[in-house]
Amino acid sequence: MANKILVFIEQRNNELKKSSIEAVKAGSVFASELGADIEAVVIGGEISDFDKIANYGVTKVTHIKNTDLNLYTSSGYSEVMADYANESGADLLLFANSSMGRDLAPRVAAKLDAGIAVDCVGFTFENGDVIATRPVYAGKALTDVKINAAKKIFTIRPNTYNLSEPTDASAEVTVKEVDSVNTSVKVVELKKTSDKLDVAEASIIVSGGRGMGGPENYPMLEELAGMLGGAVGASRAAVDAGWRPHSDQVGQTGKTVSPNLYIACGISGAIQHMAGMRTSKFIVAINKDAEAPIFTIADYGITGDLFEVVPALIDELKKG
Amino acid sequence: MKIAVCISHVPDTAAKINVGGDEKSIDKNGVSFIINPYDEYAVEEALKTKESLGGEVVAISIGGDEVKETIRKALAMGADSGVFLKKEGYFDSIATARALADEIKTQEADLVFLGKQSIDYDSGIVGQLLAELLGYNSVSVVVDLKIEGNNIRAEREIEGGREVVETTLPAIITAQKGLNEPRYASLKGIMQAKRKTIEEKEANTGDSYVEVLKMKKPAPKAPGRILGSDASAVPELVRLLKEEAKVI
Repeated sequence: MANKILVFIEQRNNELKKSSIEAVKAGSVFASELGADIEAVVIGGEISDFDKIANYGVTKVTHIKNTDLNLYTSSGYSEVMADYANESGADLLLFANSSMGRDLAPRVAAKLDAGIAVDCVGFTFENGDVIATRPVYAGKALTDVKINAAKKIFTIRPNTYNLSEPTDASAEVTVKEVDSVNTSVKVVELKKTSDKLDVAEASIIVSGGRGMGGPENYPMLEELAGMLGGAVGASRAAVDAGWRPHSDQVGQTGKTVSPNLYIACGISGAIQHMAGMRTSKFIVAINKDAEAPIFTIADYGITGDLFEVVPALIDELKKG
Repeated sequence: MKIAVCISHVPDTAAKINVGGDEKSIDKNGVSFIINPYDEYAVEEALKTKESLGGEVVAISIGGDEVKETIRKALAMGADSGVFLKKEGYFDSIATARALADEIKTQEADLVFLGKQSIDYDSGIVGQLLAELLGYNSVSVVVDLKIEGNNIRAEREIEGGREVVETTLPAIITAQKGLNEPRYASLKGIMQAKRKTIEEKEANTGDSYVEVLKMKKPAPKAPGRILGSDASAVPELVRLLKEEAKVI
């Protein structure tokens, strides 16, 4: 059961994150299934597009402000979030399973003595209970779990909820200034390592493995990913060879992802890799080895040389 | 300084996972187990910290008798002693954190390392829960760490970049690949590990909040379509992605 749902909305550099808007969409489904009230909380920043939250089903938004909250502080955010949950009577909290969500949600859970299930990829509702599906063993198995505690927290894997069909609702925003912030753990600087989309958040991933032959051949994957608005990923073999950074690695000991489209180029399909991407909605495999295991989970396959197929794919997409 | 490192015993990354007869956990038959890969970075960072700042490293693990094997691995790498918190069967992250917090208090450790997540249940939240239970500071998914006196400057990996985080001891740090290069246990280390003590205690977990109703394998995918064996299949691929899959 739940009476009041609270969705945490992450802002970074004053922008609301897409994965949090997906959590709003999830929250609106929860609210109607459980007959619960729902509201959203944004912490820190100067935000201009609150309507984006309302467009996906949550009109009541509280913006909690203090200059010390503009950059993430786990100590400060967790206190603010737990206090607001208590004040608003929330008994079910939703977070995106982002870097921030995964750091913050457990701290809030401990403060509220709530049960927490992270990285959920689907939910069903039975007699007022929420049953969450979450991958374990990097996706080699799935568990259906239930939280047995008065307060419940779920974090939701990016791309689980599709952001189509926005409405034109407007947000009712309440600004709440807090006097002091516990900054005992504080972000003092953000270092951008790349202007590109992160594989954990991308809805399209073009990934390269050992078959790429070397780091010099990745620009064509960058080009393809750029045309599709996606990100470039890599197999562990490519990362271990030093061709790509670990932050690009897809699979167990890398990132487990669920994009709408995953294009595997020169990836044979080691068990660790397939576990981490098999929940992708559509999988394309390009590999000259027709026996490669990746073809067993691909929706569409081309058993050809990626050095011919990928440039042809880029040319075909250029035609529009 | 007393440094604790919390480690877990997990199936090898190459292991095939099958669901057990209870339909709630895995079938362990034929599965080889290893120290959780992220915990190796945690152990290495604990040892490096001890080498530069002095102190003592205690390795703590919770689970059935088999986890002692993983504690021995940490001892062979150089940890000074081990604590085995005995708990059979399933328990969730909060239960794990309660038992670890209890032991860390007993140990009076003011710096605690863990891997950023265990590659079995993949939650990645025990460190943060532990921090709250102990009233310690925490930084998760750390790829760079500097400790000077009481001050900590850590870099944590986030989407597309890093956050530079400042905090102070006592603290919990969860390790991400890239933090260091874990050492191999030397033959001498392995021999010495046999003489180091592993203290055995009952784990004080309390109740789990997350109940596993069912574990299942992902549904097998219907066999996909092979569209061709060269670039001539590309126009059909693009058509299918646009019209059938509707993903581009």
